[in-house]
Amino acid sequence: MTQMNMLQAINNALDTAMAADERVLCFGEDVGIFGGVFRATSNLQQKYGKARCFNTPLVEQGIIGFANGLAAQGSVPVAEIQFADYIFPAFDQIVNESAKFRYRSGNLFNVGGLTIRAPYGGGIAGGLYHSQSPEAYFAHTPGLKIVVPRNPHQAKGLLLAAIHDKNPTLFFEPKRLYRASVGDVPDEDYQLPLGEAEVLKEGTDVTVLGWGAQMEVIEHAVEMAEKEGISCEVIDLRTILPWDVETVANSVFKTGRLVVTHEAPLTGGFAGEIAATIQERCFLYLESPIARVTGMDTPFPLVLEKEHLPNHLKVYEAIRSSVEF
Amino acid sequence: MTTTKAKVAYSPVFTDGAEFRIPTFKLLKQDGSLYKGAKAPDISKEKALRIYRAMVTTRILDERMLAAQRQGRLSFYMQCTGEEAAVIGSTAALDDADMIMAQYREQGSLVYRGFTIDEFMNQLFGNELDYGKGRQMPVHYGSAELNYMTISSPLATQIPQATGYAYGQKLRGEGHCTITYFGEGAASEGDFHAALNMAAVHRVPVIFLCRNNGYAISTPAAEQFAADGVAPRAYGYKMDVIRVDGNDILAMHEATKAARSLAVEHNRPVLIEAMSYRLAAHSSSDDPSGYRSKDEEAVWREKDPILRMRLWLESKKWWTEDDEKKLQENMRREVLETMKRAQKRPPPALDTLVSDVYDEVPPALAEQFDKLKAHIRRHPDAYPKSAEHAKGTAKEGGLK
Ligand SMILES: Cc1ncc(C[n+]2csc(CCOP(=O)(O)OP(=O)(O)O)c2C)c(N)n1
Repeated sequence: MTQMNMLQAINNALDTAMAADERVLCFGEDVGIFGGVFRATSNLQQKYGKARCFNTPLVEQGIIGFANGLAAQGSVPVAEIQFADYIFPAFDQIVNESAKFRYRSGNLFNVGGLTIRAPYGGGIAGGLYHSQSPEAYFAHTPGLKIVVPRNPHQAKGLLLAAIHDKNPTLFFEPKRLYRASVGDVPDEDYQLPLGEAEVLKEGTDVTVLGWGAQMEVIEHAVEMAEKEGISCEVIDLRTILPWDVETVANSVFKTGRLVVTHEAPLTGGFAGEIAATIQERCFLYLESPIARVTGMDTPFPLVLEKEHLPNHLKVYEAIRSSVEF
Repeated sequence: MTTTKAKVAYSPVFTDGAEFRIPTFKLLKQDGSLYKGAKAPDISKEKALRIYRAMVTTRILDERMLAAQRQGRLSFYMQCTGEEAAVIGSTAALDDADMIMAQYREQGSLVYRGFTIDEFMNQLFGNELDYGKGRQMPVHYGSAELNYMTISSPLATQIPQATGYAYGQKLRGEGHCTITYFGEGAASEGDFHAALNMAAVHRVPVIFLCRNNGYAISTPAAEQFAADGVAPRAYGYKMDVIRVDGNDILAMHEATKAARSLAVEHNRPVLIEAMSYRLAAHSSSDDPSGYRSKDEEAVWREKDPILRMRLWLESKKWWTEDDEKKLQENMRREVLETMKRAQKRPPPALDTLVSDVYDEVPPALAEQFDKLKAHIRRHPDAYPKSAEHAKGTAKEGGLK
């Protein structure tokens, strides 16, 4: 075990994967000698050489198109998109190509080795182009996996699982926690399962569900609620696609209430998908409407980002409303 | 049908473009004198001083605001330092009514066109007077009055937009063009290639100005492209192109003036590659010592574009030591005083959170906003910036 922040854990995961398998490559804008603008790829070029860790020209569609080709050839590319906000130039390569390679070729070809890493989310005074949470756009696309870690231990284990997974995987990193989240991380090579949610805390009155940076917000909100005697079950979804319906439904069978929170806007956000599925599965068990605490249906603001964000107070109020319904 | 009129060869002939060595246009030497054979440009004293004042103002603004960022007054800043001639020299060659679509390091264009220090500060501090209503990070300026399109962070998106904007100008027939600025890094984006191709095919009066300053954050130009810079790409689209010493204010001005007449009078899009150097860090969040040497920076400091112009002005007896001192002192004072004023101004009103998403606030968003206001009224201490604004009108939403 070593104390690491989330960036160090991600760097450690990449290092572990590259050491274990020479087919693993890391590339993207500023990823080489500089180690990426956040330093997630520090020292990898020095250690594994320019052929396996390198700067690309500044073209996201090129980065992912290139990564698709590499993965189809049998390499294991881990491509970095500098900010999730800049993944959209590569949208076509991800949604039309990465996601459909296997399907359209009858599995003659696939890009299962591909992992795309991108820092996402707000709370860093980044305004509308350095704060977005784009997971729902990609969740509408069958063929992709989408993973969001909440802390350093999770980040290493989930990233290694994403790299080893036989499907193209988007790995969205909560950049607000890059340095803020510190914890013990095993030194060895380990993987955490994709497609499985984790129950972080058992409770009986209400299920509170989120992913990534919202887990910290939930923790704070739940503390407030528990002081008032409300027993919360807390779940980290971890994988947005394919998501773990079972774990969430089982929890709601028990608590009868669900609060889902994410930073992305409400309309078309992934909480909507969860709410629809859970009311289908758990209709007769629900004691109150499923609540969504999300960003507003606006682009991400700068000066008023605090108002826009689904913070612990908003989650806490939703928990109370749900219980007092 | 084929469109090529190439000669036929009977053995495979490959070319790699190595023969495309584009010359660099220069007029002014670092000591302020003209190169032998260079023709003195036709710039009036008045115009020369307007250009020079804009350069110095830009430099001072950058120095002060970087310092303010370091003191924690400002969240973020980006400098134009080292590239003042490329930016201001080109803007000065345009008509003030021509459209500018910039990347983010072109504050010099705004200074030249008369954006006031107050206007800069209001954006940098995102206060209630910021035209962008405090929605974007610092340095994302915009001015409808000065024909300066508001900056968007996603790189290169402005380049095809410039082609479209200029096509509209051509249809209007009012004799205007659009200039778009971008870095050599952004020129790798697909949008750049799309923009040039469409401009060439549709004969659009647009000037593409690449500031080749050697780095895209930490990535050196040599890892950005294998070719001789960005300029040769114009050949592939059959577009006029020129490479200019980007630290030479006179050459930048002359090249852009000529480009403008090609664009406006002949509907020929033009690519200008300004060869310069990003003397400062990429942004206030960046530390260049991790990817380049102080020695390398020192070489470029010697080529300071502002000093070069000053020496030229002095050689023409248009500028004195005393003028310089006054300008420096006045600007520094103005920047500091204005900064203090802007910093004290309140943030934009709470309803800027939901305005301008559409022309009118849709019902679902209005409902979200009412809930937010009710929430803020219940927790005013948690929302110091907006608690005051949340008071009043809306119906109390209650917990549900
Ligand atoms: C589409 C997109 N990708 C990545 C970024 C992040 N980014 C901001 S500036 C920058 C480097 C730009 O370099 P260049 O175009 O050469 O301009 P310079 O900063 O040198 O003036 C990068 C990668 C972005 N803003 N937009």
